[in-house]
Amino acid sequence: MNDLDTTTRAEMLRDMVFVRRFEERCAQLYQQTKIRGFLHLYVGEEAIATGVCHRLRPDDAVVATYREHGHALMKGVSAESVMAEMFGRVDGCSGGRGGSMHLFDAEHRFYGGNAIVAGGLPVAVGLALAEKLAGRDRVTACFFGEGAMAEGEFHESMNLAALWDLPVLFCCENNRYAMGTALARSEAQTDLALRASGYGMPAWSVDGMDLEAVVDSTERALTAIRAGGGPVFVEFQTYRFRAHSMYDPELYRDKGEVTEWREHDPIHMLFDRMVADGQIEADGLAAIEQEVDARIELAVVYADASPIEDIATLERHLYAPNPESPTLQEVTS
Amino acid sequence: MSATDNNGQMTGREAMREAMRQAMLADDRVFLMGEDVGRYGGCFAVSAGMLDEFGPDRVRDTPLSESAFVGAGIGAAIGGMRPIVEIMTVNFSLLALDQIMNNAATLRHMSGGQVGVPLVIRMTTGGGRQLAAQHSHSLDGWYGHIPGLKIVAPGTIDDFRWMLGPALDDPDPVIIFENGGLYGASGEVSETDPGLPLDRAIVRRSGHDISLITFGGTLPTCLDAAQELATQGVEAEVVDLRSLRPLDDTTIMSSIARTHRAIVVDEGWKSVGISGEIATRIMEQAFYELDAPVGRVCTAEIPLPYPRHLELAAMPSVDRIVAAAQLAMQGRTPEMAVA
Ligand SMILES: Cc1ncc(C[n+]2csc(CCOP(=O)(O)OP(=O)(O)O)c2C)c(N)n1
Repeated sequence: MNDLDTTTRAEMLRDMVFVRRFEERCAQLYQQTKIRGFLHLYVGEEAIATGVCHRLRPDDAVVATYREHGHALMKGVSAESVMAEMFGRVDGCSGGRGGSMHLFDAEHRFYGGNAIVAGGLPVAVGLALAEKLAGRDRVTACFFGEGAMAEGEFHESMNLAALWDLPVLFCCENNRYAMGTALARSEAQTDLALRASGYGMPAWSVDGMDLEAVVDSTERALTAIRAGGGPVFVEFQTYRFRAHSMYDPELYRDKGEVTEWREHDPIHMLFDRMVADGQIEADGLAAIEQEVDARIELAVVYADASPIEDIATLERHLYAPNPESPTLQEVTS
Repeated sequence: MSATDNNGQMTGREAMREAMRQAMLADDRVFLMGEDVGRYGGCFAVSAGMLDEFGPDRVRDTPLSESAFVGAGIGAAIGGMRPIVEIMTVNFSLLALDQIMNNAATLRHMSGGQVGVPLVIRMTTGGGRQLAAQHSHSLDGWYGHIPGLKIVAPGTIDDFRWMLGPALDDPDPVIIFENGGLYGASGEVSETDPGLPLDRAIVRRSGHDISLITFGGTLPTCLDAAQELATQGVEAEVVDLRSLRPLDDTTIMSSIARTHRAIVVDEGWKSVGISGEIATRIMEQAFYELDAPVGRVCTAEIPLPYPRHLELAAMPSVDRIVAAAQLAMQGRTPEMAVA
């Protein structure tokens, strides 16, 4: 594994801190009831979205889950439009209609924001099928939790992608719990890469807290996929530091376990490495935090200033607007 | 702590928990399974504490495998057990729809009466909590389309407490739709089983001017609307359907015979929905009793949006019910008013 150069490390460190602080700001805004509904935070898992998305091309697609703020931000969706979405405002990336769990940005090829566990996998397979049929070398990266691997949609998607040699990067974010259910309570085979390899695709496991390992794995996978080798499955081992959502009393894991995992904080892991290599001052994190906080505040101000949608347009976005062609009613009347 | 400490008052979640506890204490064939019902205590805390009381065999956490564990519930029921399968929400039941529709609902018929499925499936339903399109469906009436299933929807805390018993006694599959908004609501609970048949509708408020026909989460809304209408000089009767399959035609028609007007209120969509079924039955069975066309107040024909003001505007509300009832008093419907 090659170390990244100083500039890349610095950039990715800043991005991880950005995602972290963004999520923590969201938690505050939830307490202040600016954000409502379900809110799932990505704190602890930042290295995965950061590392993978940095290696994707802008024209590659991403399909993610309800824990997708970090993926959207790293895929290039603006913090302003993500925050406005969570405020339910018209300038949100989904026009305010989706909220935290349904961030979409077609321009950045960010296809949600899916709140049905494993619901995004078949769609990712289809996006990749379109690339194959069109003869393009674009990849679809699909993120999901290890809990999703118990769903039929996971099995069916893995098989289809492998059967048809489709350019999908399956990114399993194994944070060890599906809500309150520990991996060993939901999977008969807990070696997830072993299971995935049973579908006839390259599959391996990597430390998802180590940003450089994430980047390295992503490069390897993307090279194989773009060369026409079909799908790849990577298990990123990680941990969510916070509750599943804002309603979770966390009765299913003990505090000691959380503390232990916090020692493997992906931000500190990279930061410490950079300090050791003389690439950043030992107190260098504070300045980064200050800088990203200022950017996040701009997003909050933007979101707060964005208007709510007029109730008159309640029933729109159901079918494609097509002002050119008259409605059937207009034709027949 | 017994859940009835509080002067016979309980919340919806306490009432359902007590119902499950008592069923499990009374019959060791009864067990609960579903996602996070054990260690997590239930995603809406309905089964909190039950793992400690009954152990992991009878309060069984399942992986995220809706199709497999609902199907396993069907198999276990055939095998002599009395499973209560909890699906976190109706939204995820769509992953198990094949098992529900092609197995639970059909096995008795296609086996020529040999194989029954005495299964209870419980699931949360409804919108109104800003959970957006994929987490806010109201498909209670939609499930009522399927012969072979029995569909009930408690709208009172007493029904949260006492509907489970007869559902478990039933030799056929029963789905209980629990509106998420009622888990935290408090209400009076009878000390002993009031012995209501599962398929019986109940008049929750009497009135002679108009019938508000509803079930589940919109029952409290209709009771509030009836109160408001009373201040406007209209005495509304509120019919709580309780069962969507079968529908209690007798109770519906006798209410129509008293009031001669009706509004059907459903949190589901109007098109091809249960509100249309009820209006049609009234037309078929009580046409000459009617002094006005049957009105409907349902959810706007869109997936529910996230912003609060849009979600509220989309769903049935006291204002919309009152307006529809006032129009019915003039022999009109909201649709006519628009035209
Ligand atoms: C089909 C389906 N079943 C249940 C749920 C409720 N639910 C939401 S997230 C979640 C846990 C998923 O765990 P995992 O896939 O490991 O992802 P994580 O939340 O840990 O990122 C559950 C059970 C759902 N959204 N969709």
